[in-house]
Amino acid sequence: MRAKEAPRPQGAVQSKTQWRDRLASWQAHHSTCALESLLRLLRRPLQSFLTWLVIAVATALPATLYVALQNVESLGYQWQDSSQISVFISADASDQALTQWRDDLRSRDDIAELTYISPQQALDEFRTHSGLGDVLDDLEQNPLPAVLLVQPSLAASQGQPLQGLLDTLQQHPLSDDARLDMLWVQRLEQLLTLASRAVFFFALLLGLGLLLVIGNTIRLAIESRRDEILVVKLVGGTDAYVRRPFLYTGLWYGLGGGVIALVLLALGLNWLATPVSQLANLYQSDFSLQGLSFIASLQLVLLAGLIGLAGAWLAVGRHLAAIKPR
Amino acid sequence: MIRFQSVSKRYDTGQEALSRVDFHIERGEMVFLTGHSGAGKSTLMKLIMLMERPTQGQIQVGGRATERIRGSAIAHYRRNIGVVFQNHQLLFDRSVFDNVALPLRVAGYHDADIGRRVRASLDKVGLLRKERQNPITLSGGEQQRVGIARAVVNKPALILADEPTGNLDPELSAEIMRLFRQFNELGMTLVIASHDIDLIGRMNKRVLSLAEGRVVAGANPNSSGRAEP
Repeated sequence: MRAKEAPRPQGAVQSKTQWRDRLASWQAHHSTCALESLLRLLRRPLQSFLTWLVIAVATALPATLYVALQNVESLGYQWQDSSQISVFISADASDQALTQWRDDLRSRDDIAELTYISPQQALDEFRTHSGLGDVLDDLEQNPLPAVLLVQPSLAASQGQPLQGLLDTLQQHPLSDDARLDMLWVQRLEQLLTLASRAVFFFALLLGLGLLLVIGNTIRLAIESRRDEILVVKLVGGTDAYVRRPFLYTGLWYGLGGGVIALVLLALGLNWLATPVSQLANLYQSDFSLQGLSFIASLQLVLLAGLIGLAGAWLAVGRHLAAIKPR
Repeated sequence: MIRFQSVSKRYDTGQEALSRVDFHIERGEMVFLTGHSGAGKSTLMKLIMLMERPTQGQIQVGGRATERIRGSAIAHYRRNIGVVFQNHQLLFDRSVFDNVALPLRVAGYHDADIGRRVRASLDKVGLLRKERQNPITLSGGEQQRVGIARAVVNKPALILADEPTGNLDPELSAEIMRLFRQFNELGMTLVIASHDIDLIGRMNKRVLSLAEGRVVAGANPNSSGRAEP
């Protein structure tokens, strides 16, 4: 049966293709498969488009949440930039020394704004907001210290400069203590961590759904080409050969869905951009919505493509083995 | 070329399709396989194609023990066997050319090579001028010839034909048989399952007869080659 066995002058000898030729033909089959499966999808535009849309929606949902999260995060950083330092003035500070220090501070570059709250102001504020007015009336003297609210300038709003400013304020003889109010920033960070977990979980669920959708679509494609698969198997097509077009189909479904998801995302962001910047203007902020970066967009499309490939692989593994020549 | 040694095949349903079958077909022979439906002809073909595995016994094809051929080796093994079916199993979503080219594409031939071989093969069965047509537009006899062209395009050492003339009138059947005889003269080994006794008688070749899963005549190359009445 093999070429070596019985060379005859004509016919019945299978020519042996060289491995180099085989490699070339393997590559050729890959590119043919890739192209043919894409054309096959485009030949039924409506059906393919609906599948692409399903995939796109399932991809765009977690992507939208991710983008929203990113934006809230960057908004959080912007707010963090405007964090305040509260300086508690020691009780025995003289008014004159305090006024002198306030003037000194005002002349510093790293301080944008300085607000003085006298003990009496603080007490009034506490009385109105805490609801403990009656208790305060019983006190013989005002227990609250005077407070300086220091707003660092933009250059000193982060890292080392901020720390330096904080240290200076802390060590000044007139100050009892200086505190950077970070609590709410920490809370926001915790919330964002929680939200990003939720988004991840959501993405995982939708990814699983995507896998099943593509798997099912490929299963139908396999069923519709049953005759072809049988004949190919009978004339000596390997499983890999039979599998290949379906894997490419899955890949195209995923990639196409990913691209449409990007378009949906861009449309949504565009729609929201104007109201968001108007809202930001009202808060004197120059915040604007950020979409996915180029790399992140590429990653999204690739991820969708990979999920498509994986879904096709699952379907092919399950259903192709069941089609055997009888 | 093909050697069966006490081969039995029992299906999961409990039906025993072949029981202790022994026979030998030499390289370059043309052998007819006859018997009533249910006698085991199809099972025998499927065993050679490795579509089924024997419950018992050994099958050698081309000097290889087939039970060792597993996994992807099955696909490569099948490339050396051309198969012709009664219902010819053509694909109606592509041209005659592409149907015949399928075994070559599967085996990874170059496009230029494929064109040359497919045309040679279509020329042999007299359908060169119909290469661009869809097989659905062809007559039954022509469709069967396309099936034969596909079976021989790879120049396999062995051709299996399962009732290749089952749906054809006597004239077309004789034409198909003439083709098979030509391939045999080129050195191919042919095993043709058929119950057309008249046709087989005229061919004057060895006849392997099956009845109820057993070989009743023609088990060896030297046995006389006439069909029993």
